[in-house]
Amino acid sequence: AEEVQQQIIRETFHLVLKRDDHICNFLECGSTWAVSPPPKALHRSSCLCSLFGGSDYKLIYRHYATLYFVFCVDSSESELGILDLIQVFVETLDKCFENVCELDLIFHMDKVHHILQEVVIGGMVLETNMNEIVAQVEAQSKLEKAEGGLSAAPSRAVSAVKNINLPEIPRNINIGDINIKVPNLSQFM
Amino acid sequence: MSDVVERTLSVLPGLLGQHEPGAGPGGAGGPGRVSATSRLGSLIRSITALTSKHEEEKLIQQELTSLKATVSAPTTTLRLMKECMVRLIYCEMLGYESSFGYIHAIKLAQQGNLLEKRVGYLAVSLFLHENHELLLLLVNTVVKDLQSTNLVEVCMALTIVSQIFPREMIPAVLPLIEDKLQHSKEIIRRKAVQALYKFYLIAPNQVQHIHDKFRKALCDRDAGVMAASLHIYLQMIKENSSGYKDLTGSFVTILKQVVGGKLPIDFNYHSVPAPWLQIQLLRILGLLGKDDPRTSELMYDVLDESLRRAEINHNITYAILFECVQTIYTIHPKSELLEKAAKCIGKFVLSPKINLKYLGLKALTYVIQQDPKLALQHQMTIIECLDHPDPIIKRETLELLYRITNGQNVIVIVQKMLDYLKESKEEYAIINLVGKIAELAEKYAPDNEWFIQTMNAVFSVGGDVVHPDIPNNFLRLLAEGFDDGKEDDQLRMYAVQSYLALLEEEDALYPQKFFQVMSWVLGEYSSLVTDVDPEVILTKLHSLLKKTFVTSETKVWIMAAVTKIASRTSCSKTVDKLIQEFSSSLDTYMRQYAFELKHLCEDKALMKNLLPFDASCNDMVVDASLSFLDGFVAEGLGRGAAPYKPHHQRQEEKLSQEKALNFEPYGLSFASSVSSSGITGRQSPTGLSFGSDTSGNSAETGHKETNTLKLEGVCKLWGKEGYLPKKENKVGKENEPQTVSCGRLLAGQVGDPPASRSDQVASLSEEDKEKQQLASTLFIGLGSNAGVSLMGKVDTATQKFKRKSKIDETQNSEEVSDFQHSAASDFGPLLDTAPINIEDCEGKINTRLRKASMCSSDIVEDNLAFETPQSLKKSGLGVRLSDSRLSQSSLFADSNIEIFQPSPSAQCGRASKTPLVPSLPEELEELAHSEVVELCQSDALSLYLCKVWTDNSLLLTVFVSNKTTSALNAVNLAFEAAEHFQILESPTYQFPVIEAQSVGSCQKCVWMDKICTQGILSGSVNYQSEMETRLEFSITLSLLDFIRPVEMTTEDFGKLWLSLSNDVKQNIKMSSSQDSFSAALNTLQQKLKLHIVDVIGNEGILACQLLPSVPCLLHCRTHSGMLALWFRSPCSALPDGLLYQCQKVMEES
Repeated sequence: AEEVQQQIIRETFHLVLKRDDHICNFLECGSTWAVSPPPKALHRSSCLCSLFGGSDYKLIYRHYATLYFVFCVDSSESELGILDLIQVFVETLDKCFENVCELDLIFHMDKVHHILQEVVIGGMVLETNMNEIVAQVEAQSKLEKAEGGLSAAPSRAVSAVKNINLPEIPRNINIGDINIKVPNLSQFM
Repeated sequence: MSDVVERTLSVLPGLLGQHEPGAGPGGAGGPGRVSATSRLGSLIRSITALTSKHEEEKLIQQELTSLKATVSAPTTTLRLMKECMVRLIYCEMLGYESSFGYIHAIKLAQQGNLLEKRVGYLAVSLFLHENHELLLLLVNTVVKDLQSTNLVEVCMALTIVSQIFPREMIPAVLPLIEDKLQHSKEIIRRKAVQALYKFYLIAPNQVQHIHDKFRKALCDRDAGVMAASLHIYLQMIKENSSGYKDLTGSFVTILKQVVGGKLPIDFNYHSVPAPWLQIQLLRILGLLGKDDPRTSELMYDVLDESLRRAEINHNITYAILFECVQTIYTIHPKSELLEKAAKCIGKFVLSPKINLKYLGLKALTYVIQQDPKLALQHQMTIIECLDHPDPIIKRETLELLYRITNGQNVIVIVQKMLDYLKESKEEYAIINLVGKIAELAEKYAPDNEWFIQTMNAVFSVGGDVVHPDIPNNFLRLLAEGFDDGKEDDQLRMYAVQSYLALLEEEDALYPQKFFQVMSWVLGEYSSLVTDVDPEVILTKLHSLLKKTFVTSETKVWIMAAVTKIASRTSCSKTVDKLIQEFSSSLDTYMRQYAFELKHLCEDKALMKNLLPFDASCNDMVVDASLSFLDGFVAEGLGRGAAPYKPHHQRQEEKLSQEKALNFEPYGLSFASSVSSSGITGRQSPTGLSFGSDTSGNSAETGHKETNTLKLEGVCKLWGKEGYLPKKENKVGKENEPQTVSCGRLLAGQVGDPPASRSDQVASLSEEDKEKQQLASTLFIGLGSNAGVSLMGKVDTATQKFKRKSKIDETQNSEEVSDFQHSAASDFGPLLDTAPINIEDCEGKINTRLRKASMCSSDIVEDNLAFETPQSLKKSGLGVRLSDSRLSQSSLFADSNIEIFQPSPSAQCGRASKTPLVPSLPEELEELAHSEVVELCQSDALSLYLCKVWTDNSLLLTVFVSNKTTSALNAVNLAFEAAEHFQILESPTYQFPVIEAQSVGSCQKCVWMDKICTQGILSGSVNYQSEMETRLEFSITLSLLDFIRPVEMTTEDFGKLWLSLSNDVKQNIKMSSSQDSFSAALNTLQQKLKLHIVDVIGNEGILACQLLPSVPCLLHCRTHSGMLALWFRSPCSALPDGLLYQCQKVMEES
């Protein structure tokens, strides 16, 4: 499933990227989606593949500077609703990381996942109340601090960032930060 | 890709610039923002420093090797392990396999402290998929964490459960999660609800008993918990909206409160109160109110309010508006709301924001079936969208146009679609669009030439991705022809000519499917074109055969065409050459065909006979029994050959030699099947097969059968794959008036709207004029006042290609009901204008319905004959089973309905006391049966029901008692088709007459088709007393009605147990009254009709079957007040259903 997962990510990436900013943020899924089983990257089991009809899936994405946030949903989600859910997610990230930037997401992908888990669980939108999400995440990071945490020399981090070779960054960002979640895939069962 | 890099690059300096001031002075970015010292940090940095994918691969492999060593080293601390996990996740994300770490992730979740546990769980949820075997190892950890006193641990466990959890282990955690619904913390309750939702999705039967807890969650004081429970309700209502109508009021109240801003301010998003919650509620209401005026009534107010409140100009309010509009158009319509909704759609469509435009088009597409006028209002916008740079918008527009296509605008619309098709590269879009074009072309083609040209375009552009139905349909259309023979020939001739023209070009490359279509048409109809020498065609086909780009499948098609043409020409050099060439071909198929052709050419008379002209639609009679081989078989037997045994029989014998379990004792089955399986006319020891390989059996038993099967609709076609038309569905669709309805609207005043418009717009610019013109061609026929002459010459005028009626027969009843439905809704508003047509249409429906039911009853009879022998010999219900009953129940099997006229004297006696309470006839009285209960009544009639549990079915005895003083004529009883149940024989019954003050009864055998714990079978009684009266009733049937005990030995049980795969385990508490094991077993035996096979100590085994013959075995054991149940069955849903029943009876007693 690794290959399929990568293929889907790649295809999503290409699909989304070739679209201009001034055209709509929805994409009805193309062939790969119809043919390939949703891999675990999409947080769904392969037993759903046979139900994977094809036309029902949509990509909904939002573009922030160099980042694309992509959600893949079925017809049981409201398109505009998801669009704003992405906004909520990003605003939450912003609150949790205090002025979020791409590097935060790369270097703290586990934390990003934890935040996402508060918003979307098992493909279902759980919480849309931003304060509540932040409270939960904070409660958990308090715990993190209590147990020692990973935090270490910030100054060195800064110099590291400065030293990063410019041209290399995009590749990393592109592969790393396209978030694919499938709210409601399981509606099919 | 390169422009991607460029674009990203151009943004980067800004990004770094942003970062610097934040991070520079005093590390204001916050401590540990970028933990560069961590190994993950260094890994990421070294990856970013690389220049090629290859180097990255090398680096990651290196990293993975070192990680592998670290994680498997015994000295690795959990803290380090956590760190490794994060790096592993990163590697997986980049697409590298790291399965060696999976087990360590589980371990980490098990052993770590909170933080490490969290990473462990995260890694598990990212690494594993739902069916991964390692997940089982996680169950224990989850159970432990669920019982933890630490909230965070519980939270983590609930999160992982709602993400991935093995289905078969649900019982292990279910009680714990149920407890969590009462937890004092909202977050826990919310996550518990989410977990239960997950369970509902993967195993609905296992959470069936806690539906009332969902209701409690819906009423939770915390809005978040309530919102979570809406997911469950949305799903359940989607599956069965009628079961939750009573909740409509609650949902409306909730929505009212939300809209009114009664929720905590926290839930506001851009000052809109809980928008996602509103969206969810609106969807639920839409589902509930669909086709239900009374329920819809309840929600009009709140919908109006929602529309009114959603005025602020923000994305999320549009989301709510869109939902509102959709709901308003879904539920029973109310004109006032529809008007407002239409206005809203206008807002969407006209919006400059592209996202809103997209949704507007979507809404229009949805609404257009109900209100085509709306499209007319927005036609200019639609035209603009057709040329929109965004392909998604374009596609949506085409979808909209597809819905409004009619005979007049079809040319323009199809042209637009073809234009899009030529630009599109996406396979999925092509398949989709090609199907639509083909459908439209077939339905509305204005003339032959256009039709053939369009189909050519479809085949050449669509290529080999087109759905196989499209070429099949096309060929079938050509072959079957229409009512007018001359027209047919013209179409065929045109097709032949156009293909010849296409093949004229040397080396023209077409998709294989197109070649196949061409060769078939040329083979069948090329002789229609008289001015072309067949030799020319043959040469062309011959040269095609030699091309390398032609696949071997296509070659077979071409070969078939050559054979057909050759049969019509006297002698041909090309054919001779071809035979010579391919007789030595390495392709065995080709060689085979070449030889066949050679031999056929030698005997022209035979060839002509074999390949008659234009006979592709004639039915062929196939002697499926192969009776002509009987002589050969008899000869073989005479020489001492062993008689042929079918595969399953051989296997069975092998099994019985191995002493494997055999459900059906041979002796009994033989005896009874002789008497009752007369329909199939042959015996097999198992009663499991009929209709196949009769020749062996006929030789055995010595009597010959003329069991010829007529396979209707089988076309005689050549080709390896044999071209089989499978198009019933398509045809069904075509016959639905719904799709034609747009066409209906065109008849009369078409010219008016465009004409008057062109007057107004004389001053517009050229470009605009063009658009206007396009609009007038596109929207022609959608005129708003075309209603008067709507029904005029509908069919003949618009639908050029009308199928012959033959196809109708193949429709199944489901389609028929569909048809009826759409017919009803379509004709509804037009009732007064065209009553005749409606009658006509209904007549058609009826005949078709009848046909369908005839069909199904045939099947049922077959089933019956084949099931009875098995079920008969099983000693049925209870203990009493006499011979007389045996014969009697087989009597029922043959004819399910009988009217029992109680003897007059007895009836008088009864009537004097309680008038007309019916009772079962004597022979049924002996069987296990329920009380006689009243179903419903009117002034004239009472309906009573008694369930009789016979061995092989549930016999519903319905009594109709006439309370009036005059006889009632023609009382019709009809059951509606139910999803879960199957009524043997026909679902209707007519009492010719029911005398005054007397009772008529009828009996229906019912089986459960799809397993459910409880289902409703509804029906109605029609009768004539002064006026036509209809009385509706519904009968609740439980799974238990269809469960029968099965007797077997312990040994058999053991074997069967091992052979079954689906199992379900559950522990249930025993109540005090059944503290002893035997008491519990007795309860199960009596209430669930299980047969106790054996009891040893505190373990017992029981067996039962679901009618007709799905076994289910149960193993139960007691320990410390708990009863451990373990079910196995070949059917996965049955154990779940039985488990639920077990829980119910154990709780009750």
